[in-house]
Amino acid sequence: MPETIQPAQLVGSNPIRKEGRAKVLGQARYVDDITMPEMWYGATVRSNIARGRILSISFPPEIPWHEFTIVSAKDIPGENTIVHLTKDHPCLAAEYINHPDEPILLLAHPDKRVLPAAVAAVKIEYEVYPAVFTIEESEAEDGPQVWNPNPADVAHHHHLKNTFKTYLLQNGDPDEAFAAADFIIEGEYHTGAQEQLYIENNGIIGEYLGDEGVKVQGSMQCPYYVVHALELVFDLPREKCRVIQTETGGAFGGKEDFPSVIASHAALLAMKCGHPVKICYDRGEDMVGTTKRHPSRTRHRTAVSKDGRILGGTIDFAIDGGAYATLSPVVLSRGTIHAAGPYHWPHLIVRAKAMATNIAPHGAFRGFGAPQSLFALERHMDKIAGVLGLTPEEFRRRNFLKTGDQTATGQHLLEPVDMQALLTRALKEADYHAKIARYAESNKTDPIKRGLGFASFFHGSGFTGSGERRLNSLVEIDLTPDGRPRVLMGSTEFGQGTNTVISQVAAQALNLPYEAIVIAQPDTGHVPDSGPTVASRTTMVVGKLVERASRSLCLTLTNSGYVPRGYTPEEFQAGAIAYLAEHGECKVSARYEPVGEIFWDDEKYKGDAYPAYAWAVYVAEVAVDTRTYQATVTDFHALQEVGKVLHPILAEGQIQGGVAQGIGYAIYEKCEYKNGRMMNNQMTNYIMPTSADLPPIHVHFEETPSVQGAFGAKGIGELPMDGPAPAILNAVLNATGIAFNTIPLLPEDIFERMTRTSDTGSEALEPAVDRDTRVEAEVVA
Amino acid sequence: MRANAAQYELIAPATLDDVLATLATGGYTPIAGGTEIMVALSAGRLPQKPLVSLQHLKELRFIETTAEAYVIGAGTTFSDIRHHAGLAADLPLLAGAASWTGSIANQNRGTLGGNLVNASPAADSPPALLAYEATLKLVSATGSRTMPYTAFHLGYKKTALLPGELVYSIAVPRIWTGYRSYTRKVGTRNAQAISKIALACLARIEENKIADIRIGAASLSAMPMRCAATESALLGQPVTSQTVEKARAALASEARPIDDIRSTAAYRAAVAGNLLEEFLQQLST
Repeated sequence: MPETIQPAQLVGSNPIRKEGRAKVLGQARYVDDITMPEMWYGATVRSNIARGRILSISFPPEIPWHEFTIVSAKDIPGENTIVHLTKDHPCLAAEYINHPDEPILLLAHPDKRVLPAAVAAVKIEYEVYPAVFTIEESEAEDGPQVWNPNPADVAHHHHLKNTFKTYLLQNGDPDEAFAAADFIIEGEYHTGAQEQLYIENNGIIGEYLGDEGVKVQGSMQCPYYVVHALELVFDLPREKCRVIQTETGGAFGGKEDFPSVIASHAALLAMKCGHPVKICYDRGEDMVGTTKRHPSRTRHRTAVSKDGRILGGTIDFAIDGGAYATLSPVVLSRGTIHAAGPYHWPHLIVRAKAMATNIAPHGAFRGFGAPQSLFALERHMDKIAGVLGLTPEEFRRRNFLKTGDQTATGQHLLEPVDMQALLTRALKEADYHAKIARYAESNKTDPIKRGLGFASFFHGSGFTGSGERRLNSLVEIDLTPDGRPRVLMGSTEFGQGTNTVISQVAAQALNLPYEAIVIAQPDTGHVPDSGPTVASRTTMVVGKLVERASRSLCLTLTNSGYVPRGYTPEEFQAGAIAYLAEHGECKVSARYEPVGEIFWDDEKYKGDAYPAYAWAVYVAEVAVDTRTYQATVTDFHALQEVGKVLHPILAEGQIQGGVAQGIGYAIYEKCEYKNGRMMNNQMTNYIMPTSADLPPIHVHFEETPSVQGAFGAKGIGELPMDGPAPAILNAVLNATGIAFNTIPLLPEDIFERMTRTSDTGSEALEPAVDRDTRVEAEVVA
Repeated sequence: MRANAAQYELIAPATLDDVLATLATGGYTPIAGGTEIMVALSAGRLPQKPLVSLQHLKELRFIETTAEAYVIGAGTTFSDIRHHAGLAADLPLLAGAASWTGSIANQNRGTLGGNLVNASPAADSPPALLAYEATLKLVSATGSRTMPYTAFHLGYKKTALLPGELVYSIAVPRIWTGYRSYTRKVGTRNAQAISKIALACLARIEENKIADIRIGAASLSAMPMRCAATESALLGQPVTSQTVEKARAALASEARPIDDIRSTAAYRAAVAGNLLEEFLQQLST
């Protein structure tokens, strides 16, 4: 048994996970473990074309269709839409198809084993329309128009073809910088799609309860998003759409928006067949049918002086949103703001756009746009350094933001920032200087080329700009009948440690043991909306609310005299029971209030983009085997300043997991598409790295408490996704002398570059000359 | 699961003779560890055909050691092979292949016989058994026969197995004293991967010349292949850079790699040449 931790030291200690025991003992019940009396099973009939119009749907006689319940768009009582930020996304395709595997019909049957044959038997004929599958095809002037804004929302959208959203972030006048530049350096950088690959696939059980409305339970991050979606699909008031999160086996953003789709589907089938209906995707369906990380293209044009100062630049950032807008506008927003990185830009324009393609919609994934634009930036920083003849270290040191500076959005950095010290420590931890000198020697003869690279970056915690104010999150704490504080919030545990960290915060604020705290199951019938569990906001923003509500509970009980000041846990419990006996209930709450002045202008994209930032330097060491052309990460150091670390083991685990996911993003995981359909939708051919592919991941923290978060915490969930890819490709450049600017970087890509002969365009192995980017470094001075 | 398992017939006769009698009636497909068939079933790709299980047959699961050979029952699992001290010492190419086949769970279920009969060009054990010149014993209700393993693969997923016939055992000679061995699998990752290219090589050097050479390869053609032209180019030659170049050219001439979801033909051909060169360089040291 672990030693009992004194309440006053809970924050910063490592109590066992709140739900750990149930998981280890196999008692945790995931949606696929849950059955209900008279429950049926649902399945989805999907399109097998990328774009077109449904001509006919027929049901061949070999299937006993009378046994099945069949739902089409016509059965939807409310609006045929899955609402996120706009209403372009149908719940079921009624006439037009915009991506492969788009849901058209839903089938339910008491025996799930008969569903696959029935799904396969439905015959759908289409008129096929031309489709687009890349950003370039989507923006091509002579290409088809594949997306139109919902007529009701047209005013909010840019009128560029196939464009979900654009942003213009402007700070000064880059033309002035280009006119004064010694060097202008251009580069183009690409990132691919990535599958979240949570262990538990998407699954939901839907029920239709007549006058009581609809009820769904299942695997998800954001129960209140699902409520909002059901309100529209069923044309029901919010209180008649009840959503319960069951134990959730991983999410990474992949269960932020998609559960709204599968929940609507399960509930529609339940309404029509009169039974609870469970839909659980298998891995193949989950991978072809649900969201992935947005592919991106970033073009940099940067003016620098010969003494290594960034004078200004332009960044053109484009992401592929897939067939419907879903969360693309907000992914684009985070990518836009992070595009400038932790550097001082006297003049900067970021032009950003989210494009439509005929691929299943891309959605939320840990990092949310930032890994894409930061990959481009941190590769570009190494490129500029090479042109200037400075080391990657020295060039960055001359341009880092520091305390008191303004970011690209004009945000004053009031809390302490010390990128110089972070870089110094990270390079020291990684033994960077000695190793690059040693490898420069050994690479002359060794067929395995070794090198190190790093990335310096930041990640904003919480919703962008005015987002937290709009969310207006609420947390409540009440007392259980046995006198224990119970935290009520819509924030969810999906493997990352929400319940544990929130319990630590509540226990310390209440001066009670960790074990005394109860976390209520997220059930929108009982818990308030504390905002979505996304955006590295839960520990910082929701944790702060829990801290405030805990103090409020403490005051309620002590001021009323039921609990003495300086109480023991026993006195608290006895007093709480007495309070309940007298008053029946005890509930306190805390609602979001900005800490200090937070100003944000959504139109001009100026102001305080995030309440707080985590700062980091990640160092990767790679080995590139010139016999197999495989790059392997052989060592990794991740240093970050994340405010107060509330649970060091969980925090370290978050960083290690994020780095592993980032290594996969950089050099293993490639979504292979054919006509818009993912072809490698199995874990055997979607190549996620295993433990045998991963290096030791050394995690180091600096702790500078922030006023924004619970006990000084800032967000860490997404941060570790941002740094690995550019650090690794910078290390490959250091090892091989070849600049690669596209991820994933697979052995076949390295082979292609290393064996390119002179008559097919030889690579001068000079980092400043970078033909892979399709744009040459331009020297104007 | 995209199939209805209840719609498949599966029988498990008690003895090997009963299984062979069942197979003789035609129409039954044998299933051993099921690591291939169950994947197809789950994906909804397994044709509706009756299955006869071999998994319970102890008669097929053995490793016999004689002075001349190891005789491995076709139902022997990769884990059995991996944990057999004699095989690890004497047949490192085979023990290595068993250790990197699929996951531990796959290794606990998957059998050597199944790996050969499934006949994937990317399978892990064939290159080793080709290099070792294993001999297969095949059985049916009417009798048994032996054949050199090098004659077993006829084309893509096509083998010399006749209807009603099973692989009974795989005999691998123990004559490798004085041989240098080399094997390397280049997969899509370091574990739980299907090979993009793999080589298993044996060579004996006498008086600075290659006196014997055997090279088996995976994913270099439509079936597991013994690289005969490459071996001819090397036999009797000293290991010089000129020999290496000739061997690489010979390998390129006989390789028929393809582009697929895992890699490209050009990559496979080049890496095969690089691995061959790595092996030859090790011979010269």
